[in-house]
Amino acid sequence: MLVINNLSVSIDGKNILKGINLEVKPGQIHAIMGPNGSGKSTLAAVIAGRDFAEVTEGTVTYFGRNLLEMAAEDRAKEGIFLGFQYPVEIPGVSMVNFMKTAVNEQRKHKGLEPLSASGFLKMMREKKEMVEIDSKLTNRSVNEGFSGGEKKKNEIFQMAMLEPTLAILDETDSGLDIDALRIVANGVNKLKRNDNSTIVITHYQRLLEYIIPDVVHVLYDGRIVKTAGKELALELEKKGYEWIKKEIENLN
Amino acid sequence: MNSKNELTERYSGFYRENLEKIGAYSSEYINSFREEAFRKFMLLGIPTRKNETYKYTDLESYFKHDYKSYYMPVESDFIKAEEFRCDVASLDAHGIVLLNGFYPTINGKLRELPGGVWIGSLNEASKKFADNIGRHYGKYAKSESDGLIHLNTSMASDGTFIYVPENVTLKKPVQVVNLVYSTEDIFNQHRNLIIVEKNSNVSIIICDHTLSPQKFLTNAVTEVYVGENSYFDIIRIQNEHNNACKITHTFIHQDRNSRASSNNITLHGGLIRNSTYHYLGGEGAESNSYGLYLVDKLQHIDNFVNVEHAFPHCTSNQLFKGVLDEMATGAFNGRIHVATDAQGTLAYQKNNSILLTDDAKMDTKPQLEIYADDVKCSHGATVGQLDENALFYLQSRGINKRDARLMLMCGFAHEVIQNIKVKPLRERIDNLVMQRLKGELSRCANCMVKCG
Repeated sequence: MLVINNLSVSIDGKNILKGINLEVKPGQIHAIMGPNGSGKSTLAAVIAGRDFAEVTEGTVTYFGRNLLEMAAEDRAKEGIFLGFQYPVEIPGVSMVNFMKTAVNEQRKHKGLEPLSASGFLKMMREKKEMVEIDSKLTNRSVNEGFSGGEKKKNEIFQMAMLEPTLAILDETDSGLDIDALRIVANGVNKLKRNDNSTIVITHYQRLLEYIIPDVVHVLYDGRIVKTAGKELALELEKKGYEWIKKEIENLN
Repeated sequence: MNSKNELTERYSGFYRENLEKIGAYSSEYINSFREEAFRKFMLLGIPTRKNETYKYTDLESYFKHDYKSYYMPVESDFIKAEEFRCDVASLDAHGIVLLNGFYPTINGKLRELPGGVWIGSLNEASKKFADNIGRHYGKYAKSESDGLIHLNTSMASDGTFIYVPENVTLKKPVQVVNLVYSTEDIFNQHRNLIIVEKNSNVSIIICDHTLSPQKFLTNAVTEVYVGENSYFDIIRIQNEHNNACKITHTFIHQDRNSRASSNNITLHGGLIRNSTYHYLGGEGAESNSYGLYLVDKLQHIDNFVNVEHAFPHCTSNQLFKGVLDEMATGAFNGRIHVATDAQGTLAYQKNNSILLTDDAKMDTKPQLEIYADDVKCSHGATVGQLDENALFYLQSRGINKRDARLMLMCGFAHEVIQNIKVKPLRERIDNLVMQRLKGELSRCANCMVKCG
């Protein structure tokens, strides 16, 4: 599904990603862990199509297509979804209008008719129940005045509405209490199918108790320095990142 | 002779040439203001950029144009307008149409609505309701610096008159359609007087339109009295062509515990200057001044707001937002004056503008003069671009960049529009703004006036 080959990225002349290799197959859940500043969010943003970073080397393909040539909105229509670490507040733009436009853009892309008003409201209702989001939130402007937890739940709600093929969740667990974390994780699990994939970016192992990854990567200083099964997350939780840093230094 | 004097001389010429005609048309009471107003106009002249409140607006290019005449209607104009009027389908409102500032019906120049409300021609009202006119006309439109207000008083003879007696809530709004139409370039002025007695409630919608492509200069003054415990709401929608220069001065005088809102929605026009004066003349009064401006090409928009806190425990709020595209320029100047005795004042001001190009320009200037101690006052201004983070957020959900930009701009504008109380009008304006921002011709769906 997604193949990243030797990807190097710089921002303002500073190298942030230094040769990333990663392959995500349909049905897989990958976790990317790593200390602050290692490049996790940059990787997520580059896949989603934010044009703040310069790709200096390497390729990213998505179902065989060159992803880096596609505009952010086209990537979204092809099924890529980014759950934001810091969802943006957009005063004056209603959640309903926002989601209706997004859903219908996607339908248009697939050659489907736009949803009727009632069809759309029914869909909203179902998805809200599915991800346990407070009904009132969707009557407001996008993320405006939402608490940290509400914003993150709103990301999962949007994911439920758009049913992505590849979802990248960028620190969706940060700032969540245990109940909100459970709700967010349940949402992700309910949306999981054999043909879609998820990349979970997180600091902590905690989220991975609820969303069980197939593969865990450690990103450090712009490189994937370790890849293993879900047990790696537990090891990191116990030992922290220091031992990995030491390993790397010893290698150098 | 410098150009200020030349211009002043030219406009005083309009006065001298037309005084006899104007005088014969108007009531004695309105005529009694002319001489003194003309003297003040000659003293102050046409405002130049040296005038602090016109610092960012160059009137000269519009005022130096050779307007063929000062508009005074003749009988055939009225007949034409009467025919035209039948084509104007308005929203569910009590409608008034003005042609070049005159009430263009031959018969029935004043209408009585349920509850003893009167709407119609100011000129006619000044003859029929001499008492009321005498208590309010010329009492609020005062200025020691703006000669244009005095130019209006010296020459204006007609416009809209609205009278709402005590204890009346007018369910439907009053809609005033201001049409400007002529086969030659003209200068016109009109004068509105709105009187809302105590414990009453009324909404007024004013739509400014141009019907022919000639060059027009309009200098309009509106005086409003809002009595104790009353609620008054005025919404002005400006949709004129690029050759039109529109200058409006609105004076809202409030008594205690009254609430008043003004909302200037500028969709299109060559040069537009709106001055809104709020006088909080009794304890517990509340005023809101809103504005939204969408300009492009070489258009210029200038909003000047003056809020006078003269009594304790009043609240005022200013919110002006706009989007400027291409080479458009804009200015906002919001003055808040809190008198020594006006303790417990709450006064807020906000001005946010988005510039879509490097050539668009916005000047914004808060002006706070506070002489009381117990006052809560805040002001903030931003001039910037669309929020890149918000843009990416929308795009990342599959919304095209063009649509995402439009959504953000409409959302930005909606903060002003949401304050419009008349719901169908609010929805219509949201829609007009979207059309305008899309670059499509914007006009009300039900309005037959083909302008823009």
